[in-house]
Parts: sequence; C-alpha cells; structure tokens
Amino acid sequence: MNASVSLRNRLNTTVRDIPRSGIRDFFDIVSTMKDVISLGIGEPDFDTPWHVRESTVFALERGATHYTSNFGYIELRRALARYVGKIFGAEYNPENEILITVGVSEALDLALRALLNPGDEVLYHEPCYVSYRATILFAQGVPVAVETRPEKGFRLTRAMLEAKATSRTKVLMLNFPNNPTGAIMSRADLLDIAAFACERDLLVITDEIYGELTYDAPHTSIVSLPGLRERTVFLHGFSKAWAMTGFRLGYACGPAELIEAMMKIHQYTMLCASSLSQKAAVEALARPETDVAEMVNEYRRRRNFLVGAFRDLGIECHQPLGAFYAFPSVSRFGLSARDFALRLLHEEKVAVVPGTAFGDCGQGFVRCAYATSLDNIKEAVKRIQRFISKPLKV
Amino acid sequence: MDELLKLLQANALESPENLARMLGVTAAEISARIQDYEKRGVIRGYQAILNEEQLGVEKVTAVIEVKVTPQREGGFDTIAQRISRFPEVTSAYLMSGTYDLLLFVEGRTLREVASFVSERLSPLEGVLSTSTHFMLKPYKRFGVLMQQETPDERLSVSP
Repeated sequence: MNASVSLRNRLNTTVRDIPRSGIRDFFDIVSTMKDVISLGIGEPDFDTPWHVRESTVFALERGATHYTSNFGYIELRRALARYVGKIFGAEYNPENEILITVGVSEALDLALRALLNPGDEVLYHEPCYVSYRATILFAQGVPVAVETRPEKGFRLTRAMLEAKATSRTKVLMLNFPNNPTGAIMSRADLLDIAAFACERDLLVITDEIYGELTYDAPHTSIVSLPGLRERTVFLHGFSKAWAMTGFRLGYACGPAELIEAMMKIHQYTMLCASSLSQKAAVEALARPETDVAEMVNEYRRRRNFLVGAFRDLGIECHQPLGAFYAFPSVSRFGLSARDFALRLLHEEKVAVVPGTAFGDCGQGFVRCAYATSLDNIKEAVKRIQRFISKPLKV
Repeated sequence: MDELLKLLQANALESPENLARMLGVTAAEISARIQDYEKRGVIRGYQAILNEEQLGVEKVTAVIEVKVTPQREGGFDTIAQRISRFPEVTSAYLMSGTYDLLLFVEGRTLREVASFVSERLSPLEGVLSTSTHFMLKPYKRFGVLMQQETPDERLSVSP
C-alpha cells in the first residue's frame, strides 16, 4: 500500500496554478549570499518614528491587548477621517465608511472578494505590485492587464483602458504613485480615467499606499474627483509614510454599503487588526507632517542621485515622480531582466528585482529601490558601473 | 534652512559632485555656495564626532552651572565671552532659569577640571557661584548615537 497521499490533485486549482511571487523566488537566492548591497527592498529604511514605537510600548503596558471592534478602534477611524479628508480630499464617516485592515493587502483582498462574481473582469495596469493578479484570481475574477510604457512615464491613459474593456469589465484597479515604476498621475490624467469609469459604470479600487511620497508635484487622489467617491474604494496604510511595515496596518474607505460587505469578510476571517498596531497608528496620526516631510526630502535626494547616476552611465531611466523606486531599462545589454539581475547579483553582489516580477511587460527592466542609505546607493552604482563595463554577452 | 546645509550637517565630507547630483545643480555651484557660507561665517567649522569611550581616551567632561552678575553695558555677554575663551570650555550657553551660564568643560583628569573651576572660573569677577556635574557616559552626541546601530532587520528583497 502506498502511504503517501497525493495532495497536488486535491488542491484548489486556482491556488495550485498560481506561481509563487517572483520576488520570493529572488529573495531565496539573495538570502544565501553575503555582503550583498540590496536595491531590492520594498520598504523604507527609516525606523518607525520613535514616538510611535514608544507609544506602542505604552499601549502594551496599559493592556491594549484585546479584540477591537471589527471596524477597528473608533478613535483611529476618526483620526483617519480627518487625515484622509485633509491629505486625499475625500470625506468619510468614521462610523461606517472606514475599515481598519491587516495591511493594504488584506483591504485589497476584501474589496475584490466583496465585489466580484466568478468571471467578472478587472482592469489593472502593469507593471504593478506583485499581488494584484493573484488576488483577483483568488477572488474568482478575471485579471485583464493593461500595459503601461516608459515613453508615457508609465502613466495610464483612457485609450489604453478602452482597448481592454469589455461588457464584463466590472472593476478598475489603480496604484499611483506606482510600485515598481514610480509613476504618478496628474489631475488631468485622472480626470480622463474618472470619466471612463463613470461612463462605463465601473467600480474603482485605488491603492494609494505611496500617496505621501511624491517629489515634484503633489499627489492627486482619484477619489477627490467629482462623482468618484460613490464608486471607489480608497486603500491606504501606515507602511510607507511611517515606515511601519511590520505593524501590518492598512485601511479602506468607501461607501457604507461596500465597507459593510468588506467588513463581513474581515469579521469572519480576520476579526480585527492588531490592537497594538492600531494604537501605534493613532499616535502616528497625531503628528504626521513632521515625520513624513523629512523622509520625503531624503528620498528626493536619493532619487536624484540614483537616476542621475543611471543617466551618466548611459542606462535609460524614466524619471520616477513618486514612491521610492527607479525602473531603468536594461534591454540594451542583451540579457533578459532575470539574467541581468542574476548576473549582477553573482558578479557584483548587487540585488535588484527583475521587472518581470511585476508583470510580463516588465521584461527588459529592473526595479531599484532607493529606500536604502545613500552610502549603499553610491556603492551599488559603483558596482553597476563595473558590471556594465565588462562584456555582458552570455 | 538651505538643503545644502542640512546635508553638510549630516555629512560634511560629502563631495560637491554627489551633493550636486542630489540637489540637481552643478558641482561648481555647490563649491561656490559652501565657500560663501564659510566666508560669511555661517559654517564655522567641521569636526569628526568620535566615540571616545571606544577609543579609550582618558578624559573628564563636566557640566557646570554658573551664576554670574550681569555687567553694566555688557550684560551677560562680557562675562560669558571671557569664560568662553578658556580652551577647557568646549561649549557655553546663556540659560533661563535658576542659573545663568551652562558650560561644558573638558580635562584629562578630575583634578584638572576641579582646579580649573576653583582656580580659574570661580575667582573671576562677576562669578557668584558654580555647581559642577561630572559626566559619566555619553549615549548620544550631536544627534549621533554612540552605540553601534542595530543591524538592518529588513528582508534583503521584498515586494
């Protein structure tokens, strides 16, 4: 008798067929090596502001260690209603239009599951965050990728969406400032997209986790445009602007009916976000401007340095206007994005992420995060220079 | 404050070329601006911040609270400047509150500092009283933590 149980054929087929994230795959290789300078890290290198950490310790001492409301602490939702109104330009009722989640990732999952029936199509732009396609598939939706290009600054246009929309299109997903390209959308760009969404009666999910991190022009949220609030789920969190990735804290704002639907899934699967993280977030919102402003200045200087260095090296790189990523083209070196990244890693010990981790159209690009010290960036540039000055053909 | 000054405060050794790239101007302009700041006395010097404990340097630092009588015409400035000129005094501030001047004084030994206080500082005309506190251990100086930074705990590649 064969004692082994074959699980492969019993797994959910969607889960079985989705590959692991290309980033994980790359991390496994990098983590076996020493003295690597990493431009592959998708989180801030700043510490969580000390007042936030200190207040988390205080919350622990005071015993904030219990379940919270499914929606999250009301004091946090009230603070968020003020913050979102001020920074993103949309008003939400903290009682029933804001849901605190375990990171934006959970919020995105909830929004898709709350909206999609099997076969509903979701328009999203690539290159994009690694989870989008998988999350749509898990929610039984049909992912429809819209390719963005460097010639247009990786911005999304109405024409690109028109070309991919069908009668089954239900949801449009946006992520600006964008990971991995650093692209942002102007108000005029967004007005076109908004008109398209209204005419087609689409629901919009906008992931604005990098909303505070723009360097040359202020961020505009699509939710602040006329007519969009009623059809949009706005997603944001504390990971980037406050360097709180490990706290796993995000939130969704939207019309009460939709938030209620998302809350039901959250209630039965997650119950609530961590009480301590929520307390930390209340403190973070107590003085957001001071924390964020200096961070933005520092990122801007690093961006200028890194992108300037790429151009001096003759590496084509569109100017990233937000987030903390540069997305240079490496196609002229005659290697695939993955081979370029692997060889750069093995020969010069610099980790960058192949663009294909963010969608097929990321071929020929690599993502370089400048969320690392200037010293690291300088050393990485030196090594990249050495790397590309050698003959690269396989 | 000028962003250039902030960058120099964080690292005075940064090259004009790198500063230029970060600020989006030319290296020549950076050098000219620095020279101008130096000439105008806005930049008053450049120093290395040492972890002297690790270096094993035998040194005593005292923080001294001084009560003084302000002088006619010169106010506190005359006496404060006179005290500041002693090389043993590394920093001197006029304070509000229960005393007037706060001094940071360095010497090789406790006795050296003590004799500075009793033989040089206290006898000065206008000095009413002093209160000396010896420093035991520095944790942070000029915005720099003296202990080694904790290692970066971030994953080396993440989404």
